[in-house]
Amino acid sequence: MKLTLRVWRQKNADAEGTMSTYEVDGISSDMSFLEMLDTLNEELILKGEDPVAFDHDCREGICGACSLVINGDAHGPERTTTCQLHMRSFKDGDTIDIEPWRASAFPVIKDLVVDRSAFDRIIQSGGYITAPTGSAPEAHATPVPKPDADLAFEHAECIGCGACVAACPNGAAMLFTSAKINHLNTLPQGAPERETRVLDMVAQMDEEGFGGCTLTGECATACPKGIPLMSITSMNKEWLRATRKVAKR
Amino acid sequence: MSAEYVDYATGEPIADTKAPSGPVNERWDTRRFEAKLVNPANRRKHTVIVVGTGLAGGSAGATLAEQGYHVVQFCYQDSPRRAHSIAAQGGINAAKNYRNDGDSVYRLFYDTVKGGDFRARESNVHRLAQISVEIIDQCVAQGVPFAREYGGLLDTRSFGGVQVSRTFYARGQTGQQLLLGAYQALSRQIAAGNVEMHPRTEMLDLIIVDGKARGIVARDLITGKISTYFADAVVLASGGYGNVFYLSTNAMNSNATAIWRAHRRGAYFANPCFTQIHPTCIPRTGDHQSKLTLMSESLRNDGRIWVPKAKGDTRPANQIPEDERDYYLERIYPSFGNLVPRDIASRAAKNVCDEGRGVGPGGQGVYLDFADAIKRMGRKAVEAKYGNLFDMYQRITDEDPYQVPMRIYPAVHYTMGGLWVDYDLQTTIPGLFAIGEANFSDHGANRLGASALMQGLADGYFVLPATINDYLARNPHKDEIDASHPAAVETVRETEDRLARLLAVDGDRTPDSFHREVGELMWEFCGMARTDTGLRKALERIPQIREEFWRRIKVPGTGEEFNQSLEKANRIVDYLELAELMCLDALHRAESCGGHFREESQTPDGEAARRDDEFGYAAAWEFTGTGQAPTLHKEDLVFEYVHPTQRSYA
Amino acid sequence: MARTVWDSSVGKKTVMAVSGVIMLLYLVAHVIGNLKIFFGAGEFNHYAHWLRTVGEPFMHYEWTLWLIRVVLVVAVVAHAVSAYQLSRRDIKARPSKYVHKKPKASYATRTMRWGGIILALFIVWHILDLTTGTVHSGGFQEGHPYQNVVDTFSTWYGNVIYIVAMLALGLHIQHGFWSAAQTLGVGSRTRDRALKTTGNVLALLLTAGFIAVPVGVMTGVVS
Repeated sequence: MKLTLRVWRQKNADAEGTMSTYEVDGISSDMSFLEMLDTLNEELILKGEDPVAFDHDCREGICGACSLVINGDAHGPERTTTCQLHMRSFKDGDTIDIEPWRASAFPVIKDLVVDRSAFDRIIQSGGYITAPTGSAPEAHATPVPKPDADLAFEHAECIGCGACVAACPNGAAMLFTSAKINHLNTLPQGAPERETRVLDMVAQMDEEGFGGCTLTGECATACPKGIPLMSITSMNKEWLRATRKVAKR
Repeated sequence: MSAEYVDYATGEPIADTKAPSGPVNERWDTRRFEAKLVNPANRRKHTVIVVGTGLAGGSAGATLAEQGYHVVQFCYQDSPRRAHSIAAQGGINAAKNYRNDGDSVYRLFYDTVKGGDFRARESNVHRLAQISVEIIDQCVAQGVPFAREYGGLLDTRSFGGVQVSRTFYARGQTGQQLLLGAYQALSRQIAAGNVEMHPRTEMLDLIIVDGKARGIVARDLITGKISTYFADAVVLASGGYGNVFYLSTNAMNSNATAIWRAHRRGAYFANPCFTQIHPTCIPRTGDHQSKLTLMSESLRNDGRIWVPKAKGDTRPANQIPEDERDYYLERIYPSFGNLVPRDIASRAAKNVCDEGRGVGPGGQGVYLDFADAIKRMGRKAVEAKYGNLFDMYQRITDEDPYQVPMRIYPAVHYTMGGLWVDYDLQTTIPGLFAIGEANFSDHGANRLGASALMQGLADGYFVLPATINDYLARNPHKDEIDASHPAAVETVRETEDRLARLLAVDGDRTPDSFHREVGELMWEFCGMARTDTGLRKALERIPQIREEFWRRIKVPGTGEEFNQSLEKANRIVDYLELAELMCLDALHRAESCGGHFREESQTPDGEAARRDDEFGYAAAWEFTGTGQAPTLHKEDLVFEYVHPTQRSYA
Repeated sequence: MARTVWDSSVGKKTVMAVSGVIMLLYLVAHVIGNLKIFFGAGEFNHYAHWLRTVGEPFMHYEWTLWLIRVVLVVAVVAHAVSAYQLSRRDIKARPSKYVHKKPKASYATRTMRWGGIILALFIVWHILDLTTGTVHSGGFQEGHPYQNVVDTFSTWYGNVIYIVAMLALGLHIQHGFWSAAQTLGVGSRTRDRALKTTGNVLALLLTAGFIAVPVGVMTGVVS
């Protein structure tokens, strides 16, 4: 099929960006969206033009590197990552708008590539359990009820792609932050740092310049891993609980 | 005068001088006791560079920092959380014997040596089996959400054809969960200031001073700036080299540059031809294909593999009557059927496709049929067991596996070869260590399912942090070196020259076109089945591609900016040399073993025939120059506990 | 602790939720009182007078009423200031919009900010109209609320302002009630449906209850 692409081009972080139009032909419906962009880039290189920069790595939906807003949707029209989106979701003759994640906490590096290091700093502020290597007790010393283990897993599935931030009209990172807090705070192993974890991570999230939550639910709709909106509710609860507990200390 | 690449020289044999003697189960204790320690107060004066943040690198960086060392760590991804360990699905083995099913450290040791087709070191493998137990404890303490039973205890399953249930898992995302555990531990150390993390920074060369690894040259992928970093020891945890094949289950940017540059600087490269081809991947759909996706091996528990009996049968699967189908694995291997080991299943699929009986586009696929399973267990049960895999398959292929059989084909998955390391995981360059898939040590010629995660974490959490002490304690570097050191200046100049040369050619072919070409060549001649003639053909062709590459490559843009084409082209430079070494290694090893199948060396019924007398060694290659025949150093493998036998699955 | 709450985006959202709930409880009482207008001037005016004497003899005349007013003013100010600060933060977090626009959240969700502004302006008018009488049309009579209400809704603009504001109120509560529950962490998977229904029912009842008064005046049921 033949497509018209309107792609955000921005030379570097300081440059002004703009939408540029490209035509691509001979696109197979079996191609993944990124393979379609590969095709465009091969043509651009041979023409001596600068290929479109975009983040991608595993191309099987788990590393969280790929990050495109396609026709206004983070990761495009299907509930999956951009790398797992296939061209059969589009029709011959379509015009497709491709933009980077937009949030002031995710500045554009080049074209469709953004800087998501703010997520790493949120994890660094408390998204871990302090268990230095060698200090672990026998794995079966602490049984974990299956429902708790399943709930923790459901939140641990987050791939840190940032689609939640991209989709949120406020550029909020609540879903990302809450996923990690719920993962660790649900497990008995996470209990000793339960209060500091949520307080520090929320503070860091604010510090990074992410917006606040107005519960529009767009984050959960865009999330390729299906982290539920209720995750944010649980985080709010943890935060209030921690604030009360810490005040009593 | 350069020798023909096929005529290599044989150098002095190489030996693992660090492995203690004595009973195999006491060797690790002995080594730990004999290793010198660094006084805790002095540790922060030592800097260790770690390249890569996967299971091995992430866990090593975190652990070294916890011990008090100053760690400087690198990854090419935008975050350490994205290393390709994240894509591992199945699980992680550990000899916990929670099932009381007869498992033990010794049995895991035995299975791994045997599974590796007797090309791994007994000392290393036994240590791995011992440590496997501690890994699970460590990961649980970090909050890795492993699958659990209703009683709250950990669940396990059997995996990869072993008879005990020793694989711990977190649904189909075990690699992700283990990696996030290591990433979080690393994050804690970054926040504490003990790890200086450089994401989006790629190692391009190794700096050697007075014969010891003292630093690296790295490029900031955002600004293009080339910088030098110095340390008392360098640890490579940069993963395997499966991307030589262009199409593989590796991540797009996984590459061999770190280990290849180290090899060029003197680190021996061991068993490069040992690559693992996974039998159940989704077949390619056309020339646009950029990577292949693995489908969990567990599908073979209930799916039946078949192709049409007739060549060139293009009827849809459901119109081919039962008696015109060939369930070839069940026919050839009646007792193991569809559950034969990975290498055997892969080769059998290749054979039927070569006969012209393959299905799907290009005839490069075989059916994996669940019709009988659905009939037997009911759709509900199949859905419960494999639902997420079926969904993934449908998303990629747009075919409903409940209605039509899946199509699968083997794909490159893992590389057992890597930098040669001793028992301490130190390469032949003092101060340079290699861990995880980047080294060659534990899997021999074939890796068992759920063992890669185990090895990566064993190396990173437990082995390296114990053994590197010995090196650091014995090699106190009094001299401060910086970017002005002649060795650093020279290495930087070489790196800059190489990048400048790539940009200057301004030819008419893209980096991907060369990568695809060498990949297809490797897949054809150094893939699932290898022959003397084929390998010689490849060895003749690779230098030609390399020559053409330097004449016709086109890299747009400059080196002083974010330039993904330049990154790619620079990685291909190294693939074009590594491919040659892989073919040479495959040519010289005129036996079949594990993932390496030489058609000249098979039993009368077509099975791999090992030749222990001639090839019972690890082949460690020394670099002598691009296009120049390397020197082979043999490390004899001694089997005191697990005695070599021929595998049989008929 | 107050500092922690106010400095955090989650904490400030809690302030909004708590103040919102206080106002919502007040509105429930308010609408019940309003409906007394359908039982005639006597009952309505009597109720209005009682509001001033409630709590006696423990409380002095109008003390309770003033107490409620103080709580309400604090709630309104807290709600508005935190909304303003959070909105500023949200807008700053997402400075450049997507070229390809696609509204997705529900209407009620998207109109929370504008709805809030409409309601704030309405409250000012409402107090000046029926509490102080400053902008009242046709002779405000202290102590005769029944007549004052009828006067207000005898003008077309009185009806328009009031009805538009009450529709905005309905939308605001529809998203706000559920949203506050999430912020206060009382939402859960099992409770979600019940919370959404409660929010919708509350929004509907309050809007209908409030609008019934001007409709009553317009149709002559109340005169």
